[in-house]
Amino acid sequence: MPDALVGKSVPRKEGPDKVTGRARYIDDMRMPDALYGVTVRSPVARGRLRGVSFADGVPWNEIIVVSAADIPAERNHVALLTNDQPFLAATELRHAEEPVLLLAHADRHLLERARNAVRFDIEKLPALFDIDKSLAKDPVIWGEDNIFKEYNLTKGDVDAVFARADIIVVEGEYSTGAQEQLYIENNGVIAVADENSVTVWGSLQCPYYVHKALLGLFGLPADKIRVVQTETGGGFGGKEEYPSLIAGHAALLARKAGKPVKMIYDRAEDMVATTKRHPSRTKHRTAVTKDGTIVAMDIDFVIDGGAYNTLSPVVLSRGTIHAAGPYSIDNVRIRARAVATSHPPHGAFRGFGAPQSIFGLERHMNKVARAVGLTPEALRLKNFIKQGDTTATHQLIKEPVDMPSILRRALAEADYDAKRERFARENPGRSVKRGIGFASFMHGSGFTGSGEKYLASVVGATGTAEGKVRVLAASTEIGQGTNTIFTQIAAQALGLDWDDVEVAQPDTSVVPNSGPTVASRTTMVVGKLVEQAALGIKQILVQAGLLSEPYTPQQFRAAVKKYIATVGSLRSMAQYSPPDGIAWDDQSYRGDAYGTYAWAVYVATVALDTVTYEARVEDFVALQEVGRVIHPVLAAGQIEGGVAQGIGFALYENVVWREGRMANGQFTNYIVPTSVDVPAIRVFFDEVPYPHGPSGAKGIGELPMDGPAPAIVNAIEEALGAPHPALHHVPLMPEQLMDAVDDLLSARRKSA
Amino acid sequence: MKSQVRCSVNGAACSFEVPPMARLLDVLREEANLTGTKEGCGEGECGACTVIMDGRIVNSCLVPALQADGSTITTIEGIAKGNVLHAVQAAFISHGGAQCGMCTPGMVIAAVDLLTRVVNPDENQIREGLAGNICRCTGYTKIFDAVREAARLLASTP
Amino acid sequence: MRGDAHAHTLVAPADLDSALALLADNKGHRVLAGGTDVMVAFERGLLRDARLISIWQLDELRGIATVGRHLTIGALTTYTDLIESSLVAEHAPTLAAAARDTAAVAIRNRGTIGGNIANASPAADLPPALLVHDCEVELRSASGARWVDYAGFHTGYKTTVMRPDELIVRVRVPLVDAPMRHFYRKVGTRRAQAISKVCISASVRRGHDVRIAFGSVAPTVVRARIVERELASALAAGLLSTEAVSRIVALGVAEARPIDDIRSTAEYRGRVTRNLLRECLMSFVA
Repeated sequence: MPDALVGKSVPRKEGPDKVTGRARYIDDMRMPDALYGVTVRSPVARGRLRGVSFADGVPWNEIIVVSAADIPAERNHVALLTNDQPFLAATELRHAEEPVLLLAHADRHLLERARNAVRFDIEKLPALFDIDKSLAKDPVIWGEDNIFKEYNLTKGDVDAVFARADIIVVEGEYSTGAQEQLYIENNGVIAVADENSVTVWGSLQCPYYVHKALLGLFGLPADKIRVVQTETGGGFGGKEEYPSLIAGHAALLARKAGKPVKMIYDRAEDMVATTKRHPSRTKHRTAVTKDGTIVAMDIDFVIDGGAYNTLSPVVLSRGTIHAAGPYSIDNVRIRARAVATSHPPHGAFRGFGAPQSIFGLERHMNKVARAVGLTPEALRLKNFIKQGDTTATHQLIKEPVDMPSILRRALAEADYDAKRERFARENPGRSVKRGIGFASFMHGSGFTGSGEKYLASVVGATGTAEGKVRVLAASTEIGQGTNTIFTQIAAQALGLDWDDVEVAQPDTSVVPNSGPTVASRTTMVVGKLVEQAALGIKQILVQAGLLSEPYTPQQFRAAVKKYIATVGSLRSMAQYSPPDGIAWDDQSYRGDAYGTYAWAVYVATVALDTVTYEARVEDFVALQEVGRVIHPVLAAGQIEGGVAQGIGFALYENVVWREGRMANGQFTNYIVPTSVDVPAIRVFFDEVPYPHGPSGAKGIGELPMDGPAPAIVNAIEEALGAPHPALHHVPLMPEQLMDAVDDLLSARRKSA
Repeated sequence: MKSQVRCSVNGAACSFEVPPMARLLDVLREEANLTGTKEGCGEGECGACTVIMDGRIVNSCLVPALQADGSTITTIEGIAKGNVLHAVQAAFISHGGAQCGMCTPGMVIAAVDLLTRVVNPDENQIREGLAGNICRCTGYTKIFDAVREAARLLASTP
Repeated sequence: MRGDAHAHTLVAPADLDSALALLADNKGHRVLAGGTDVMVAFERGLLRDARLISIWQLDELRGIATVGRHLTIGALTTYTDLIESSLVAEHAPTLAAAARDTAAVAIRNRGTIGGNIANASPAADLPPALLVHDCEVELRSASGARWVDYAGFHTGYKTTVMRPDELIVRVRVPLVDAPMRHFYRKVGTRRAQAISKVCISASVRRGHDVRIAFGSVAPTVVRARIVERELASALAAGLLSTEAVSRIVALGVAEARPIDDIRSTAEYRGRVTRNLLRECLMSFVA
């Protein structure tokens, strides 16, 4: 029996290809005869297209042109939640950079000239860029009231609590900005299409989302549409829904041209045209007793969905459910709305709404603590949720949760008490002021509510002629380690060696629909199915009398070969069914929002330079309970990467909007942290195995995005020694910190 | 206008007939079929296209082909010796330095260059040496680990 | 990638005279050195110049040496060359500091001092340092050569005293013949690969011989002449009181003319200029 693989940091499956340059990404693929494809986009945020003309100097007869007129109107929408986003705008232009025309030609330089020679005649209409204006219907740009989706979640009787005389009411308003995923590989696809079939290869997270979108666009039988994921250079949500649009574009061009079409965005296009994290605004009203017990939370959470609905309702849902955090509160009311604006549609980005609402909550918790004269940690210790309590959605916490011990350990690792004392002593005489702050939070693993039940994901396993086991799943490797984790889980379940398991390339003609690669679900939900499918192979071999336990890997391989030689193909499928006792009601928005949660406390130490108004994170402790850790190096890598993105979200990554268009869509001007900007990121795990996850694992991918921003801003507040309105927003750029620093320093000088 | 550009790429003498303003990045990827060198931003900010030219690392997206004439170039495909990985590559695998892999070729080249210039780099030298290579996946921590490990491996091999 | 390589010619003359002869044709040739500016414009489809001349191969434009009472630096000297030079460390320490704070290794291996000057960006990293070292620039054309004072080199946003037929061939700074104190600080949101939002460079020689330059707060890099004068007289009088510092700082802020753009705001640039200037002056008090 080989050593247990779970819990060991085995080498990344596709590591050798990635470090030698052999890994093939979409732009590395070449197809004979292929044309290049480009998109001509709306120059205005809102308007009506009156006509298109083509300037001289370009051989237009050589160029394939596709417009909305080439798509039957009833098929001109990207199949998602409400089918409101067209593949190509016909007359109504709803956001800057909206796709209007597609062009293809073999010479990409000629194509670039052609793109610049298209002239649009547009009647401009008033556009809308602001959450409050959207709520005020100023003007109405979507539906009757600009509201894509609204949830109202209630627990207990909030109004009754606020009527009480013995409570202190603490109010606050918090907001977060857009954030660009900035995967290093831009979006791109190659399509081959004719009247009867469509095949698309591409950089993407969710092959079956693309499949569904192409099905809707072309109306072909499902088996005539094939989507293949190529090596993908990062996603973070940015390649969740948007590739459906690009795949449709390339396929439309390919079908019209009768040739393959390669469509690779350059960085400028990827940044200005594709989705970003939803900007948000959260209002908190909290009732707390003098001893620090929070008795009611009234939360108003709004996200800017951009011009089309796309995934906003589900982003909103996750944000809503996480808005009350890891606390046991008897009375909660959350009103949550996703509203329309004239921005390009905002979309999936790691955390999916939770980083937004958790920023508001964890900043607000420090305000509540101050109002009742408690330390931030004392307030949390008083209110943490524990086994047997219920969440804001009335979900009973069945597994053991020990937030107090997570908090204490995280603070100890960060040397919190000593640092607070030292900073308080040293800061007054120094131009660089330091602070330490933290955030406590949780993140639900898998799809929200009934999502996993409806998805009913399927994973397959097959035996290969070499006697190996191949995992068949549509879950994609996008850098996070899917290939490696699936291999570990299957090999561990079967008692095999690392090399005995292969993971098939996600290709909808080969792999079943294991659901999208999103929502921290791949290891916990799909991994469990991998385990079951792998065990199914063993069962078949045992039942066929070819294998009996205990066995060696050699015996297993021999049995697989013999089965294939004598019986035929060896295949086992596993389909998701919810663990017992999980219930969710979509109508009342109550029940088990997630099968389980990962729990965490993150602690940031920050240095604030009062000369330049720059805040730098000097030390970062990330402690989390994520069930059993399957691969320590990959798991820590997920946390460290998420924390770095969270630091960017907090302090560096500012989307500058001009008339609804990203004005700083270059690597030079949209600032992400470099190797000299990130602090030491110290990762710790508490391991409490989750009974329904493979080998006890829970989800991990999104969690680290949630905590850094509030922890960092809480630390900045400590460094400044007082609250300030500028500290209610991220990204907290030096240009905003400036006011907080100067106001507080001058106030202190006056009082001195 | 096309020019003849002759250079040594990964030890092989090459000759390309390309516009002189063609980017070295495109020449390597499309003419030499060395697709390991990646384009991330096209403006010299992300470092995914880093190659070694005449002993110094450069952003190949900012080098016009004509300026590579007569030069000696090493790309990611030339870092391993046959099937034997360079210590940096081996350490990137064992220490989780590569996630999505898109920054990896440039990052490996920058690390190899750093370890050529500085035998036993300290933390700051590692950070500084890699500052032109943006990674969006790892938060850099595992990359630092890998570079430290590679320095150890190189020091222990004669 | 929006540039079209076929839309541009690029030639690489074998020697400086051939390069100058091409420039003398007055056909709108653009000079391309290490490519760190020109190729970025090309990538974005913003390079309008059809004809380009590569000078990267002209080794006669490389080299750092002391010539007479000057340190002379060839136009093709890269940031890396500046950082590695012991002569620069000795005679132009502010310049070395500026080079270390520029971009990252791969860009520093290609970006050149001549290119950084000729590109004439107000946010360029080396020029504030060059200004405090009393830099002169040698411009050469087929018809002759001239030295110009760098302090008068930039005439407005992206405009200079260079004629179209001229090429920057080298720069020189006086050798340091007396102890010098210097100050260089660039502010740019992140620590590497950063474009400056505010930059201040300063030097003090012989107790009261003062140079102060600003980057990114005006259409060009600029000497803060009023501040220099006031600071010099305060230092000469031997008293740089806290009050004097405050007064001079206020004068300095008035000399800066920052703007709002996608990288920052005028307000931020103004306040950071104030703070950095105070920090700079206090460092000379100490």
